Amino acid sequence: MSVLREKLENTNDVVFTAEFPSVDGGGMVSVERNAARLAPWFDAVNATDNPAAHAHTSNTTTAIAMKMFGLEPIMQIVCRDKNRLAIQSDMMGASLHGITNLSLLTGDDVTAGDEPEARRVFDIDSAQAINIARIMGEGKYLSGRSITPAPDFYLGAVENAAAPPFDYRIQRALKKYRAGARFLQLQICYHPDRLEAFCKGVAEVAPDLKLIPTVVLVKGAKGLGFMNDKVPGIDVPASTMARVQSASDPSVEVNKLTLELARHALTLPGVRGLHITDFRHDGSLDLFMNDLGLTPKS
Amino acid sequence: MLKKLLPFVEHALKAPVWDCRMCGQCVLHSTGMTCPMTCPKTLRNGPCGGVRENGNCEVIPEMQCIWVKAYDRTISLPLPKVWKEHYNELRPPVDMQLQGTSSWINLVTKRDQQVPDGWSVQGSEH
Ligand code: SF4
Repeated sequence: MSVLREKLENTNDVVFTAEFPSVDGGGMVSVERNAARLAPWFDAVNATDNPAAHAHTSNTTTAIAMKMFGLEPIMQIVCRDKNRLAIQSDMMGASLHGITNLSLLTGDDVTAGDEPEARRVFDIDSAQAINIARIMGEGKYLSGRSITPAPDFYLGAVENAAAPPFDYRIQRALKKYRAGARFLQLQICYHPDRLEAFCKGVAEVAPDLKLIPTVVLVKGAKGLGFMNDKVPGIDVPASTMARVQSASDPSVEVNKLTLELARHALTLPGVRGLHITDFRHDGSLDLFMNDLGLTPKS
Repeated sequence: MLKKLLPFVEHALKAPVWDCRMCGQCVLHSTGMTCPMTCPKTLRNGPCGGVRENGNCEVIPEMQCIWVKAYDRTISLPLPKVWKEHYNELRPPVDMQLQGTSSWINLVTKRDQQVPDGWSVQGSEH
């Protein structure tokens, strides 16, 4: 059973999701430690698929390990590293292990990672991957071959509300919804006006699509600069950068900014939760959640 | 004979203008006369999330994102209405078997409309 689906589809509760730290050694003990840290705050947590085009422990095995320690995974699949056969087998592998939540993404290009010489695959794109997952949920592989019984998936996707062409982002969200996505995690957006326009637009054309904007916990001006310079598709307005840089304590100011962004996002139409990416790993997650008025689940 | 000759003619005509990659299943008419196969990620259903603030490509910073271009052209060019309507359609995965063949022949024979059997499965909710 997917708690995420249950909450999003059958309640009005606000959901919280996060990113599971990539596993690079450290064994199951490290997975257990991180699961214990995240479980009190989050309904479901993303098992990433070679994020930022860096190789790590695979999406499926990470998702299985998370589940073993009681954390509900949202298993991501990106289109960069696998062709349509491998993507379908990822989905079936997930289903075999009782993983229901899938999130289908295009993926950063190989040039964003530390092995830019790799071949990029992109055999299918994210909208096609969503449609294929939906078809599998209807009991067929892409070829038409039967799957009995059909796997049970709850499908999501990702969209960048703040990247050009802005108007078209709404159409693309609608396309993903029509293909089968029921929730949309949004990339971090430092332009509240753009996020607002996007959410309003989506709420009009696809009112059932659940939107989950992202906020990122960064340490200070340097972290913000990193988001702007290194993360594809992310722009931090100069005025926002200046505000943090010129503050007497940039680290306090950046927390204030994050909290403002989070509170604003939660007021927007169609928004059903928040996705929180923690780049600080210094205990600020607990403080941030407390500031939002939340208490940990027991 | 025609089957052998046409790919050359098609490429000779389309390459200089659209940088044609001979995918054999042309969608230029539904993408503002912009070829999605020139997107480094060969995306057929719109832009990735990596488009830069100035509208340029995540992968090739000096090139305008082909989907930004396609969107602008779909809005501004005097294209037939049905072509504009096709812009938001979910385009199926590329059929790699058609690589290097003539999309003109594939259009006439309707080979370019063949999709895997599963692709058109409709759900209970849709
Ligand atoms: S930015 Fe545009 S052209 Fe570049 S990879 Fe993404 S969609 Fe393709």
